[in-house]
Amino acid sequence: MDLFEYQGKQYFARYDIPVSAGGPADTVDEAVTEANNAGYPVVVKAQVQVGGRGKAGGIKLADNEAEVREHAGNILGMDIKGHVVKRIWVERASDIDEEYYVSFTLDRSEKKHLMMLSREGGVEIEVVAEENPDAIVKRHIDPVDGLSEADARQACIDADLPERAIDGATDILVKLYRCYDEGDCDLAEINPLILKPTGEVHALDAKVTLDENAEFRHPEWDAFRGLTEMDEREKMAAEKDLQYIGLDGTVGIIANGAGLAMSTLDVVNQVGGSAANFLDIGGGANADVMAGALEVINFDENVKSIFINIFGGITRGEEVAKGIVEAMGRVDLKAPIVIRLDGTNAEEGRQILLDAGIPDDKLRSEPTMLDAARAAVALAN
Amino acid sequence: MAIFVNENTKVLVQGLTGGQGKYHGLRNRDYGTQVVGGVTPGKGGQDVDGIPIFDTVADAVAATGANASFAAVPPKFASGAIMEAAEAGIGFIVCITEGIPAHDEAKVYNRLKRDFSNTRLLGPNCPGIISPGKCNIGITAGEIAQEPTEGGPNVGIVSRSGTLTYQALYELKQRGIGVSTCVGIGGDPVPGTNFIDCLSEFQNDPETHAIMMLGEIGGSAEEEAAEFIQANVTKPMSAYIAGVTAPAGKKMGHAGAIVSGGKGTAQGKMDALAAAGVKVGLNPTEAGELMAEIVSAL
Repeated sequence: MDLFEYQGKQYFARYDIPVSAGGPADTVDEAVTEANNAGYPVVVKAQVQVGGRGKAGGIKLADNEAEVREHAGNILGMDIKGHVVKRIWVERASDIDEEYYVSFTLDRSEKKHLMMLSREGGVEIEVVAEENPDAIVKRHIDPVDGLSEADARQACIDADLPERAIDGATDILVKLYRCYDEGDCDLAEINPLILKPTGEVHALDAKVTLDENAEFRHPEWDAFRGLTEMDEREKMAAEKDLQYIGLDGTVGIIANGAGLAMSTLDVVNQVGGSAANFLDIGGGANADVMAGALEVINFDENVKSIFINIFGGITRGEEVAKGIVEAMGRVDLKAPIVIRLDGTNAEEGRQILLDAGIPDDKLRSEPTMLDAARAAVALAN
Repeated sequence: MAIFVNENTKVLVQGLTGGQGKYHGLRNRDYGTQVVGGVTPGKGGQDVDGIPIFDTVADAVAATGANASFAAVPPKFASGAIMEAAEAGIGFIVCITEGIPAHDEAKVYNRLKRDFSNTRLLGPNCPGIISPGKCNIGITAGEIAQEPTEGGPNVGIVSRSGTLTYQALYELKQRGIGVSTCVGIGGDPVPGTNFIDCLSEFQNDPETHAIMMLGEIGGSAEEEAAEFIQANVTKPMSAYIAGVTAPAGKKMGHAGAIVSGGKGTAQGKMDALAAAGVKVGLNPTEAGELMAEIVSAL
């Protein structure tokens, strides 16, 4: 789960990482209240999960209430690269001497955590990596040992931070690692981490991705839900607990298993079609799951045909077939189904579908994945 | 032969009294696997369909001589279960649990590597392993796996995805091609066993004559495997990579399957494998056909 900047800052605050005084606002009046609380000058920042907010006019400095009204009014509702701004963050503006970059993430190749620190913050780290790779200090951290203060300090020294920034930056590195580790982040990034003229170091931005697998030990994450950027189809699927990703093609896809679902998208593409979605119904596909999946797909107006691709392992063919028959009784489908059913008890499953007497133009069976993909694409195009 | 597990493997099921553990544990036994015990804290002394339950893995090992475990426990208990098995001296642990926090996985991986270097973990979030006719640990339906042919040629399969593993087994079975061992390494970001571990074992296994590899988008495991193949694998291979059409930045079901920053794309992986001499199919069926051609030429 990707957090918005203001949520990331709220999360940082739980781990005592210094952030600017401020608050979120959904209206101009709320923005004024937050600005008055924080004290002028303030920065008004669009809350969208896309880079380049500043260039798009989504970050503005305001010296007084009138300017807050003007900027908040402009930014709320603004479209930034397809993301509509529904919420802004208003915080006390900071004086900046220097800007740094720091992040923690998992390095899958090394199977260890990776700390990255750079004196060249405030710009995209990918650009720094490209143009001046030596400016980025990279240190692997053994997850069992964690990050010691001594190692954090050494990294600051290696990154050539000025003497007066080292204590503050070391402190933030240690706290940010704790946030990343105990807070179960896939990514915890501060860009820029700033050095103020007063010598204080603090987080001016926050980019946090949470590992949803760790949700069971983080009841505090509930507060972050609600504003997540999902389209209507994805919301509906999330309510039904389905692994769904909306795409913009015309063949609705239902498959069991993430790998097979991905593969199904690929095969549809290879035979000249385009998938409307990714949908993995997982192992135990009963009638309820199948009905839910068909409802979500039926809701998508672009869908012209539905390709159900099931390979029975744990999932048994006859249960899938029963699920489809039952689901078709519950959901009035707009598009025809092409099914490929293989694996455990597939024969029984195909028989159940035949016996149900569903007309051919509503449901047909194909023997292989490729045949079924061709049939589904022919119906959709 | 076969890799990692065979007819002498004695398996404990951690969580045998739970729904998943019982269903798959008993299926594994029905297949012919030596399932010698189960472990559920507080239920020692009971039995599940004649299989004795123990309170701890250590008790179970002492009583049964088990050398492998099948961990079928919920995510929040999984890393504890894996470490308990390692501490009890289990040499091969299969964990099918989906949804273990990435940080837990990273800690378990590094702890095993440091303190239990003789223990191999397969998974988590994997379908398990089957050496057809000998041993099946996990959720694979044994009947879709073709037993190896005496004298060969037989194929070893290694895969990141569950259903694609079944698809591969099925493609080979339909063509009557024997399988030495089929390993599902799982789709999580920090798998205990990776492609290279399996490729290395298959290369050294006299019963394996060719290798089929199924990868997917995300990470760089396939690219690293390609480098390894180039340098170390002489047996012929076919491969398939799922996710050619996956959009960037979206997690495609598996926690590990995500294209980020232009890295981890299917095309990059296919190119790397092809450059290493692997025959790459555009879908699982094509990879199966390519394997059939390879096998018929052996």
